Amino acid sequence: MATPANSMRSTASKVGYWVDQRLPISSFWRDHMSQYYAAKNLNFWYFFGSLSLLVLVIQLVSGIFLTMHYKPDAAQAFASVEYIMRDVPFGWLIRYIHSTGASAFFLVVYLHMFRAMLYGSYRSPRELIWIFGMLIYLVLMAEAFMGYVLPWGQMSYWGAQVIISLFGAIPDLGIISGDALVEWIRGDFTVSDATLNRFFALHVVALPLALVMLVLLHITALHQVGSNNPDGIEIKKNKDATGKPVDGIAFHPYYTVKDLVGVGVFLTLFAFIIFFAPDGGGLLLEHDNFVPANPLVTPAHIKPVWYFTPFFAILKAVPDKLGGVIVMGAAVMVLFFLPWLDRSPVKSIRYKGWLSKLALALFVISFVRLGMLGMGEGTPAQLLESQIWTIVYFGYFVSLLFIPRLEKTKPVPERVTTSH
Amino acid sequence: MSEHEVNQGRRRFLTATTAVVGAAGAGLAAIPFIQSWQPSAKARVVGGPVSFNIAPLEPGQILRGTWRGQTIGILRRDETMLQNLQRVEDRLSDPESLVDQQPAYAQNQSRALNPEYLVLIMICTHLGCIPELVPEVGPQPYDEDWLGGFYCPCHKSKFDLAGRVYKGVPAPINLKIPPYRYIDDRTIEVGADPEQLS
Repeated sequence: MATPANSMRSTASKVGYWVDQRLPISSFWRDHMSQYYAAKNLNFWYFFGSLSLLVLVIQLVSGIFLTMHYKPDAAQAFASVEYIMRDVPFGWLIRYIHSTGASAFFLVVYLHMFRAMLYGSYRSPRELIWIFGMLIYLVLMAEAFMGYVLPWGQMSYWGAQVIISLFGAIPDLGIISGDALVEWIRGDFTVSDATLNRFFALHVVALPLALVMLVLLHITALHQVGSNNPDGIEIKKNKDATGKPVDGIAFHPYYTVKDLVGVGVFLTLFAFIIFFAPDGGGLLLEHDNFVPANPLVTPAHIKPVWYFTPFFAILKAVPDKLGGVIVMGAAVMVLFFLPWLDRSPVKSIRYKGWLSKLALALFVISFVRLGMLGMGEGTPAQLLESQIWTIVYFGYFVSLLFIPRLEKTKPVPERVTTSH
Repeated sequence: MSEHEVNQGRRRFLTATTAVVGAAGAGLAAIPFIQSWQPSAKARVVGGPVSFNIAPLEPGQILRGTWRGQTIGILRRDETMLQNLQRVEDRLSDPESLVDQQPAYAQNQSRALNPEYLVLIMICTHLGCIPELVPEVGPQPYDEDWLGGFYCPCHKSKFDLAGRVYKGVPAPINLKIPPYRYIDDRTIEVGADPEQLS
């Protein structure tokens, strides 16, 4: 009779073999972890992809637990959130994780997108990765907006009122008119219980499903062509005898371990915000939202949460309602076309000229500055400045078409470069 | 023709017609789901006409209420207020109320059935905030030469005492006048046209 340890191992391996014949676990692990090769010089900027995934999981888990106590009813929603905050054991923690997670999501996604712009990660053959990423960003915006409505505070209510009424700018086209569309979205003649209820359904079921599916497509497309790197070199062009890219290292264990360091730093900062500044001084949770929704009283200063303010500033910069909505929409949609607007012969900013660096720097400054202006009261000086930065914002995309003709790029090396 | 030969034309035709019928069916099946987002029967009933007693209103006073969840203002205007409607007209963007923001019977200078009482939906046509009534004539932080009117604190839109929008403000059009009728001298019913009285 065999020793118990031996017989157990062989039973385990037999079960493993039996399962693997029916479910491709080991080949999946090879293709996406142990034999998925990424360039060996991925730097700090490459933390934000895995961090986005981490925040998605944090939001899904904390969101599921909030759903167990929250009431999607205009008469009870605000009180149920206060109930979570005061009466549910650790409810305050779960809610602050979720509300801080929303801001963290946008922060890491913006940094992740900036990384793509820095190193040309959207360029051929990675256009679809970028498009799926943009779709994730769009769904994330809808998800965040609807989530913000659920606590049914003053800013939830009036934010919903303002955002939904943007659709009212659509002129009467016969089949559909802005007014009819607004009524259809609200499900009532004003933002009401019907609106709250459907936003809840979309926020907790429909959009998270779409988000998860888009993330799967994003990663599948990424693993089909392989990750870019700070040099913008295709490592698959230079393989050794075994077919492994000479500049590549396996995602697991090398990048799983590296990403764990990022996770550690991120969670430290995340916990600091949750415990010491969950409202971010009114930036993450606006003060007006601690007052229950009242359709008869408008807060003096309606503004969205920080991650939407750059686009809000662009909306306000245009002195025409329909025009503002169109320009704001264009500010988001133009990003979809980035892979085809960038005509530079090199991908990475490292080998582009100073004009490209200046253009990207101005773009980042315009986005940050618009974000600050979007929180403002909208004084004439702020409006004028918003208009200037709106032009700079769109100017970036125009400049991409011309800069390749004006600047000389540096030669791209054959192998990826490392600092040591 | 052999028994086993495939009739490609017939196969293409059947595939195409099946696809078209299937797509049409899927499209039609979407209608109930899309329609389910329309205001419910309950919302429509709650959205029925609402009566307001205007007897206690003094000149210059405004009565606020709701109809279909929208804030309704009923302002009793005095003689000076009505005269200022004329004086302010060159600063307005649509003084004749040409844009369809009122029932036909309110398309006049005072935008009312009876000039003394203004009935309007107090929702800014810019982004849906509620403008404040600022009836005092005189300089205001947002207007040196204010003749009385409505001022929206959200984005600084200005309207006169008939809800007509000023030029050069974010709001694109005049405030909306709801359908309404007089039940008697002291009662206004919002949500129903006068014709229905007969």
